[in-house]
This record gives sequence, structure tokens and C-alpha cells, in this order.
Amino acid sequence: MAKTIRLVLDVLKPHQPNALDFASTLAEIDTDFRVKLTVTEVDKKTESTIIIIEGSNINFTEIKNSIEKMGASVHSIDEVEIVGDIQEE
Amino acid sequence: MIENKKYILLHISRAKAIARRYFVTNGFDGALTMLGMVTGFHISGMQELTTAISACVGASIALFVSGSCSAYLSEKAEREKELQEIEQALVSELKESYYGEAKLFIPIFVALVNGLSPLLFSLVIIIPIFLAEHGYLLPLPPFICSIVVALVCIFLLGVFLGRISKKFWLWSGISTLLIALVTIAVIIFLGGTYDI
Repeated sequence: MAKTIRLVLDVLKPHQPNALDFASTLAEIDTDFRVKLTVTEVDKKTESTIIIIEGSNINFTEIKNSIEKMGASVHSIDEVEIVGDIQEE
Repeated sequence: MIENKKYILLHISRAKAIARRYFVTNGFDGALTMLGMVTGFHISGMQELTTAISACVGASIALFVSGSCSAYLSEKAEREKELQEIEQALVSELKESYYGEAKLFIPIFVALVNGLSPLLFSLVIIIPIFLAEHGYLLPLPPFICSIVVALVCIFLLGVFLGRISKKFWLWSGISTLLIALVTIAVIIFLGGTYDI
């Protein structure tokens, strides 16, 4: 089964939780997750962000649920990197 | 993860700062109310300690109910307004998010702090009267002891404020103490004029 190893998401989030807490919560979903969050635009109530998540097997649904739990919403999936299972003989 | 969730809940709602503010405001309210009552009892020459305790406990409970209800209602309204504004900005429903949970739990948390703070200070202030009523010997008359305890509580609230604002704690403590002393002076003045 193919595994997602990199995701780039366009996320609109409220100011709180801040970028640090937001990224930390996402990084805590799995032990090998590496999260990079870039704030691209700041409005009165919201922040547009680009979130890059790297890991050995990223579960998008879990990520999306966590993002929505923090009051944010996924606008689009901008980039994905998937690897297929290598069958060794 | 649960700790992180609690942290986020408190963080997004700035509940800690609000609760701290309520703790000081209503704690000061409670301490000053008890100081006023006890000073009034003292200058009127009241001897019935049981009556004084009943009056003070009654006032404490009223302060608890008033503080809890007012904080709950105002905080709930604030949370609903905030939630609606963020929902409009994000164009999505946030009922299932931490914001939605904060709307439910934070008003209860803030209301408890706002209610328990004056109750706690009031009960501490009337401890000397309670002890005297139960036959314990105090170094000073019970009402005077309660006034001293009230002044100490108010001074400590000032020190706490000083620590929050990172100002010199002693000056902050003395400022709140001065307010309490002015209150006592006004009560004594009015007590002398109108014979409370």
C-alpha cells in the first residue's frame, strides 16, 4: 500500500493557537513527524499558512481532524509525496 | 496529549489571564466587603459573635453566587461572540473544535474562580471571630483580629498584583493597603456621624 511521506497544505487558522502550538500539536500526532509552518498572510481574525508535514506514513484524515479541532480549516492540498511499497524478493 | 489539550483550551481563550483578573478583582471585593462589615460591627460595639458570623457568612455566600453567576453569564456571552466572529472569518463551523469546547467549559472555570475568590477571602477574614466564638483566646478583640487579617489579605492581593505587573511588590501591596485604610477611615467617620 502506498504511503504518504510529505504533505503540503494550505490552511486557514485563527490566531490562537499560535504557530508554535499549532505546529507542535501536529508534530505530536506521530513520533517521526516533521512539521514546518509558514504564515503567509495575517488578517484581523485569521492567518493563512502553508504547512509542510514529513513522516514515514502520514494519515491525512488524522491531520485534517487535528487541524479542524484547533479551529482551522484545510483549504487545499498543494503538494503530496507518496511512496509505493517496495516488494523485496 | 490531554495536558496539551487543556493547555490549548486555556491558551486560546486567554482564560488564565481572565481568571487571574477576576481572582484579584472579586477577591479584593470580598476582602473589602468583609473589612467593612467587621469594622462596622466593631465600631457599633457589637457583642454577639454568632450574629456577626451569620451576617459575614451570608454576605460571603451572596458574593460567591453573585460572582459566579455574573462571570458565567458575561463570559458565556463573550465566548459566543468570539466564536461567531471566528466562524465568520473562517467560514466554517467550530462547534467540534477547541473553540467550541472553550465556549462550554471556560465560562464555568472563570465563574468558579470569580465566585470562590471572594468566598475564600471572606472565610479567611472571619476565622478570628469564629475562633473567639468557640472559646479560643486571641491576642486582640475578635473584630480587631479580623480587621488585621483583612488588611493582611488585601496587602497580599496587592503584592500579587505587583508580581503580575512586574512592579515593586511592596509599593503595590502598600497601595492596596492604603485603599483598605481609607475605607476603614470612611466607615469610622460615617459611624461616628450616623452612629452605625
